[in-house]
Amino acid sequence: MISLEHVYKSYENGTPAIEDVSFAMDDGEFAFLVGPSGSGKTTIIKLLTGEIASTEGRVVVNGYDMGTISRRRLPALRRTLGVIFQDFRLIDNRNVYENVALAMHVYGARNSEIKKRVPYVLGLVGLEGRMRDMPKELSGGEQQRVAIARALANNPRTIIADEPTGNIDPELSAELMKLLSKISEQGTTMLVVTHEHDLVNQFAKRVIRIVNGRLASDSKGWYQA
Amino acid sequence: MNRIGYYIREGVDSIFNHGLISFTTICVILACLLIMGSFASVAVNVNHIIGNLEDQVSILAFVDEKWTEQEARSLEKEIMAIDNVAAVTFVTRSQALDEFLQQQEDSPLFDEVEPTILRDRYLVYLKDVGLMAGTQNRLSEIPGIASVNAHLGIAQGMVAVRRIVNVVSVVMIALLMVVSVFIMANTLRLAAFTRRNEVAIVRMIGATNSFIRGPFNVEGMILGLTGSLIAYLAQWLIYITVTGRIAASSLSFLEIVPFSVLALPMLACFLAIGLLVAIFGSRIAIRNYMRI
Repeated sequence: MISLEHVYKSYENGTPAIEDVSFAMDDGEFAFLVGPSGSGKTTIIKLLTGEIASTEGRVVVNGYDMGTISRRRLPALRRTLGVIFQDFRLIDNRNVYENVALAMHVYGARNSEIKKRVPYVLGLVGLEGRMRDMPKELSGGEQQRVAIARALANNPRTIIADEPTGNIDPELSAELMKLLSKISEQGTTMLVVTHEHDLVNQFAKRVIRIVNGRLASDSKGWYQA
Repeated sequence: MNRIGYYIREGVDSIFNHGLISFTTICVILACLLIMGSFASVAVNVNHIIGNLEDQVSILAFVDEKWTEQEARSLEKEIMAIDNVAAVTFVTRSQALDEFLQQQEDSPLFDEVEPTILRDRYLVYLKDVGLMAGTQNRLSEIPGIASVNAHLGIAQGMVAVRRIVNVVSVVMIALLMVVSVFIMANTLRLAAFTRRNEVAIVRMIGATNSFIRGPFNVEGMILGLTGSLIAYLAQWLIYITVTGRIAASSLSFLEIVPFSVLALPMLACFLAIGLLVAIFGSRIAIRNYMRI
């Protein structure tokens, strides 16, 4: 569950990044967060993951109030989230298996659980045969699928995908989005940040549009840039 | 347990993945501990030698010549009751004369000298030579003690030398420890820098600070303990070699502390310092990466 109520964020020099943004997502809901570059999408992601705090308003993620959460509790919140980045953020000197297993180590999972779960989630993204490969030996699409598997490893309540298709071929993008949609159908809240309107329009999903730091529209269907 | 296993695996992997940094860190700890150990060894031996000399330093307390030998002997209890007195030896006039004559190589010039011209006396040995002046005063206050002869200058000299050696050693050891912590921190900081992306990623997927620190702590501890153990073995070798040379030289009269006496405390100190340096070093090294 994600909820933003009249959220404002200004940076130290006083520049407003977002102003009066409100929206909520129920458990298991899928939504695209769209808008041109510099519109404030990344600021919203950072507010949701606890990298920054809002200047005004209330942000609640999976039951954690981001305005009052202590630094000590932040890791606990992050363990309820799966985050997928545009640049994959895989660890270069660890193989596919180890990259996914790391997320489970962070969670404090047992070795026996890790041995079962990692091949399972890699199977979900179609990479069960590439477990021993290093990230550099994989294509962009495959690396992103490893990142998705890592995000899925701890069965998170919410997945936030920040431009997940930004670094991969267009023909693979739709496939990857289908995968995220399928995951969402299993009950995971999915917020996908993108500026690729063609891709968004292929799916009849909820679209939250941010322009100049303000909520421009929030509706189901498609959008025009 | 699972997590500790993970920290150990990660820490050990990092040591081998950053072989050069690990080697440098061990060398730094080794060098610092060797210098610290050498200072401490010198200090212990100087203390030991001065301690031996101090044990031989005594105060001469002369008994009033009007007192009989029996009366003079009765003063022993009173002298022993003074706090700083470790032991006393009573020397009769005759014994004192014999000693004097021996020093004169039985020169016929003194043949006619009678013991009565001398006084009975006590040789008073002290627990702490530094408190000699106070003890001298207390002795002079005892009725029947006619005069007290103490070499205050020698005693003060010994105390001063001992103090200087101790202060210099403590300061050097403290300085070297600080230097070791910072060099250790810098080498581990390099290791942390090469892993900054990894740290950022694990932090984003929910790692706690202790999870991030764990492998660095293990790495630091292994490096610290390895450096300490090698330093201990090297110190042992150096000590035995140097003391062997001293024993074979014109300085053989110096009573050197055998290594067997120093072995355990030195090992414990080296391991403790190695661990402390490692723990502080790794804390400082990853401090910058702990901000969430």
